[in-house]
Amino acid sequence: MTSMDFLLFIKGPMFSIAVAIFALGILVRLFEILALGRAHNYAAARGNEIIPGLKTIYRRFNPDPGTFKRSTFDVLVGTLWHVGFVVVLLLFIPHIELIQSTIGIGWPGLPNPVVDAVTAITLLGLVAVLIHRFRQPVKRFLSTREDYLIWLVTFLPVLTGYLAYHRLINPYPLALGLHILSAEVFLIVLPFTKLSHIFTAFVARYYNGAIFGRKGIQS
Amino acid sequence: MASSKTLGESLRQHGVSRRGFLKFCAATASMMALPPSMAPAIAQALEQARRPSVIWLSFQECTGCTESLTRSSSPTLENLIFDVISLDYHHTLQAAAGDAAEHAREQAMELNAGEYLVVVDGSLPGPNANPGYSTIAGISNYEMLMDTIEGAAAVVAVGTCATFGGLPKADPNPTGAVSVQDLVKDKPVINVSGCPPVPMVLTGVLAQFLTFGTLPELDEYGRPRAFFGQSIHDRCYRRPFYDKGKFAEAFDDEGAKAGWCLYRLGCKGPMTYNACATMKWNGGTSWPIEAGYPCLGCSEPEFWDAGGFYKPLSVPTGSPGDVLVTAGAVGAAVGVGAGLMSRQQNKHAVKHHDKVTADQLEETL
Repeated sequence: MTSMDFLLFIKGPMFSIAVAIFALGILVRLFEILALGRAHNYAAARGNEIIPGLKTIYRRFNPDPGTFKRSTFDVLVGTLWHVGFVVVLLLFIPHIELIQSTIGIGWPGLPNPVVDAVTAITLLGLVAVLIHRFRQPVKRFLSTREDYLIWLVTFLPVLTGYLAYHRLINPYPLALGLHILSAEVFLIVLPFTKLSHIFTAFVARYYNGAIFGRKGIQS
Repeated sequence: MASSKTLGESLRQHGVSRRGFLKFCAATASMMALPPSMAPAIAQALEQARRPSVIWLSFQECTGCTESLTRSSSPTLENLIFDVISLDYHHTLQAAAGDAAEHAREQAMELNAGEYLVVVDGSLPGPNANPGYSTIAGISNYEMLMDTIEGAAAVVAVGTCATFGGLPKADPNPTGAVSVQDLVKDKPVINVSGCPPVPMVLTGVLAQFLTFGTLPELDEYGRPRAFFGQSIHDRCYRRPFYDKGKFAEAFDDEGAKAGWCLYRLGCKGPMTYNACATMKWNGGTSWPIEAGYPCLGCSEPEFWDAGGFYKPLSVPTGSPGDVLVTAGAVGAAVGVGAGLMSRQQNKHAVKHHDKVTADQLEETL
């Protein structure tokens, strides 16, 4: 198999397989959660559910002062690489072209040097959180194999993307193929691991806010 | 037939000055990534070289490669080099026809056994395909190729059809087309890909063969590394715009007029390895990207099936949008079903919940 055969397989059938597994898996999970619903609350409602629910989705982006003081590193570096990952994923022009060709919606991107710098920061952030996880006894104790697996699955698309952009792997079709393959592994693994928090985190935040809202208290 | 005249004598006869010839040798040396000090050695070797016999086989092709290699606006040294190889068989260029043409091929093979070069353009129906798709003088392409290469020193596949199968091999490949390297295993095969290839590349390969009696260093696809070692993207004069993130988004927008990067218009430059960006076309006049047109990636294998010409490189070749909708709909339905089933189970459990009193619990202790 030449590097071009590899790229064409990864860009063609393999991408469709990855998208199918991702869409099927994540929607089964989300719709199952939504269809389950919540136990009926017989108490009289003291406030609205929807507005506080939506507000909480946003408000949870800000860590409360206690958490920030206790885990400054986690909050700072965690936020840094999460934002970096999303920026690189959604604002790099070749990625926008891919998204537009798949779902028909596009948006303006960032200049390549900006995305390049953000990628470098994201990579450093991801390495830092891994080192932190190894060095903190409590974190290390709590970490499972799945945690290390999803770290790797998240790290590889960023790393291979950086290598492909800077053309550090030759020939280029191999570099691009490896990058797309690592993104496909991310998509395939996503619905069945903690990575599904990309979607479920917002459901959880909404329910949390809605419950508090109904009780008439701030979340 | 291979002439007794040396290349130097022949060039002088064509009115090429010594100075012009040395300039060509220096250019050839730099083209082949050799130090400039090699130019006199090349000159000396070329001067004394005998005209080699070349048998040119044209199979499933469009003659575009021959057009590209022979038609230049003014006579160049490359043309003269062509004039001074002994092109003993070439459908488009030879005067002979029918039996006489085939006889010329057989005679060249016999007289220069073990020394002649075979140049092939076009793909050919493979050994398992219907040979009737392409025949010459009633001989199948497969039979003619295998017969001709028997006494050849080396085989040069010219153009993407001969090197990788090209257009005839594009999905669904109705003629069962294969490339030269798929069939020729016991002779050196040099692939000069491109649709059409850069003329200087073929000249460079021939010059090296004449100079050193060796074949050039090849890449993973059997292409001379000196010409196919760098990508179009790496040598593109529009690269600074890519690096700055300035892209033309339509063929007539401001970006296109300002000469920005053509990535979003489908340029395959990043994955294409060829010499267009450095050697250009039509005597160094221009090349596709300079003319405002994205690189099609024509020197790469499967380029016809590697995604739309006007679709960016990052766009998948299948239809993932349809897959997403279908898989998403199935996923949603299964998810709702699973959720409702769990609800039912929950209800059932609540309904059939056995109540226990404290006394009953104590009894179990």
